[in-house]
Amino acid sequence: MTESHRIGGIAAPLNIANLDTDQIMPKQFLRGIDKKGLDKGLLWDLRFDREGHIRHDFVLNRPEFANTRVLIAGPNFGCGSSREHAVWGLQQFGIQAVIASSFGEIFYSNAMNNALLAVILPQDDVSRLLDEAHRNSTPLNIEIDVISMEVRSPGMTRPFTLAKRHRRMFLEGLDMIGASLAHKANIAAFAQHHWSRQPWVRDIARLTKHRIDNH
Amino acid sequence: MYPQTLYRKLVASHTVVELDEQNVLLFCDLHLMNEYTSPQAFAGLHEQEREVAMPGQNVATVSHIIPTHPIAQRIIQDPASALQASNLKRNCERHDIPLFDTNDVLQGIEHIIAPEHGMIRPGMVVICGDSHTTTYGALGALGFGIGTSEVEHVLATQTLVYRLAEDMRIRVDGRLPPGVTSKDLILMIISRIGAQGARGYVVEFCGSAIDDLSIEARFTLCNMAVEAGARGALIAPDQKAVDYVFARVADMDTEQRRQALSYWATLRSDEGAEFEVEHRFDAADVAPYVTWGTSPDQAIPVTGKVPAATGPQRSSIEKALNYTGLAADMPLEGLAVQHVFIGSCTNARIEDLREVAAVAKGRRVAPGVRAMVVPGSGAVRTQAESEGIAQVLIDAGFEWRKPGCSMCLAMNDDVLASGQRCASSTNRNFEGRQGRGAITHLMSPAMAAAAAVTGHITDVRKLGGPND
Ligand code: SF4
Repeated sequence: MTESHRIGGIAAPLNIANLDTDQIMPKQFLRGIDKKGLDKGLLWDLRFDREGHIRHDFVLNRPEFANTRVLIAGPNFGCGSSREHAVWGLQQFGIQAVIASSFGEIFYSNAMNNALLAVILPQDDVSRLLDEAHRNSTPLNIEIDVISMEVRSPGMTRPFTLAKRHRRMFLEGLDMIGASLAHKANIAAFAQHHWSRQPWVRDIARLTKHRIDNH
Repeated sequence: MYPQTLYRKLVASHTVVELDEQNVLLFCDLHLMNEYTSPQAFAGLHEQEREVAMPGQNVATVSHIIPTHPIAQRIIQDPASALQASNLKRNCERHDIPLFDTNDVLQGIEHIIAPEHGMIRPGMVVICGDSHTTTYGALGALGFGIGTSEVEHVLATQTLVYRLAEDMRIRVDGRLPPGVTSKDLILMIISRIGAQGARGYVVEFCGSAIDDLSIEARFTLCNMAVEAGARGALIAPDQKAVDYVFARVADMDTEQRRQALSYWATLRSDEGAEFEVEHRFDAADVAPYVTWGTSPDQAIPVTGKVPAATGPQRSSIEKALNYTGLAADMPLEGLAVQHVFIGSCTNARIEDLREVAAVAKGRRVAPGVRAMVVPGSGAVRTQAESEGIAQVLIDAGFEWRKPGCSMCLAMNDDVLASGQRCASSTNRNFEGRQGRGAITHLMSPAMAAAAAVTGHITDVRKLGGPND
């Protein structure tokens, strides 16, 4: 069950440190000009062997994890390439939140910009959740509440923090560009002032390309 | 006034408004785009019927999907990739954004072409939908990577909602020994502080060893800071940086240069400015470094031995060794390679190619090894040809290719087969990065060249100079 402020459901353990975005969404799935079809590529090399056969022992391929909503991940999840396709792919696969002790910086921003909830818990807590997930014969159910700011499993409840801005983005689905465009006049005034002091950065891309093309 | 770090000065000089305690609306002087992280941003912009706010502060290049075969007219065979290129062209034309298109003679990797044509100047904020945008710190510009949602945000507003980072300083004093490069230095630093050792920080590099580095060597250093998780890397601009930039900015007249000089002189951390974290290294400790695992922090000196899977990293080490087919206590030296790749935004500039040529001269690529050199841009390629470097490489049996990202991420048709072991001058040894099941050993361009001519991982210092 998932309400707008609550994510709940099956949590799959994926305890791999530094799981980079190349592995979350390999290059062969980055050739589109839209966001479609990325669920197919998610964690491809972990889900399928070299001949393209399904790896039945991989957690997300096990039938009882078919409706996984949450990943319990290793530290530095989503490090590496900036590709936002990693976030889109996770969401298209049905993942609504990832819990880890740390995230790659660009991945974290990408996740927040798409309302994929990236929950940071101390490594001890993540380890306990992983233990709990491994101990049970049935998949662990986890609930994450963005109003009370808590992660709840059958065995424990832990608070987490989220920047105010990110919390609002998640709960209210802010149009970030619209919000920044409200500062349009400020931006224009800033640019004029900036360029009066550093005229050499104004139109820098256009002027440079024009100069080298005519050389 | 309160002493400030260079990083804080750059943020302050680009802050349009403070949004809250942690976030500012940051003005971006230059936004670089490529064919694979921008399409959905343009699509979003069009859906909302928004315009590009300041087209002249944006530039695009086709670099990741482009074939690098040395043919005159390059044609992208894969239909999906071809569509990415034509889509980028259409978007750039529609919004009047300058583009280095597939067959532009100056086409190249984004992080190579922007500085080589003087588009990166000290004090700028530069962003790109690519994590290696940290490169520009070498010129005292704040560069960092963003995702596609943010690309759309920049297109529409020329600003970003920017979450402030913390300050880290890495001081490197002493002298790098002969045969040791800034690539070895950054691999050593990453191996010591870890793949997330600088996560959350903008790193300022300083110290006599950094002062001694050329600008191109500094690009390599700042480029790979992101492999320690850094949100940015900076080096205060010195005379070398000024000379590098002034040689490339025909548009700046004498008065602007005078003005710029006095402004750029302020771009340094004030005496007494506070850094949350400081690290110190001695350049004399650096040896040629090589990665043995599947994360850039899994690196050791070429004279060292593969570590055993013990301690808190046990499972990561086991997993990595399993992938790279190595075992604890094995030496890296002598390990046979089937492929050598010299290229990427980390190490495909002219100085890198000069180092490769110095090793290749009078030698031959070892039997059974395929060695490719992919220059970072059209300008680098032309320069290497006019200096005779290209001929040295061709005579030695290297493939001399057209510019692009190529086998750095293998998104074009330069892909390694499973089980192939590659000595690579690139930045990421992730599982499958250069092809599924392929094994990457990161190292300096000179070390990669040494592997090419010997057929195995070799300490380049043992080869000596050119063999003539
Ligand atoms: S060379 Fe490699 S790291 Fe650099 S931009 Fe291209 S793919 Fe990315």
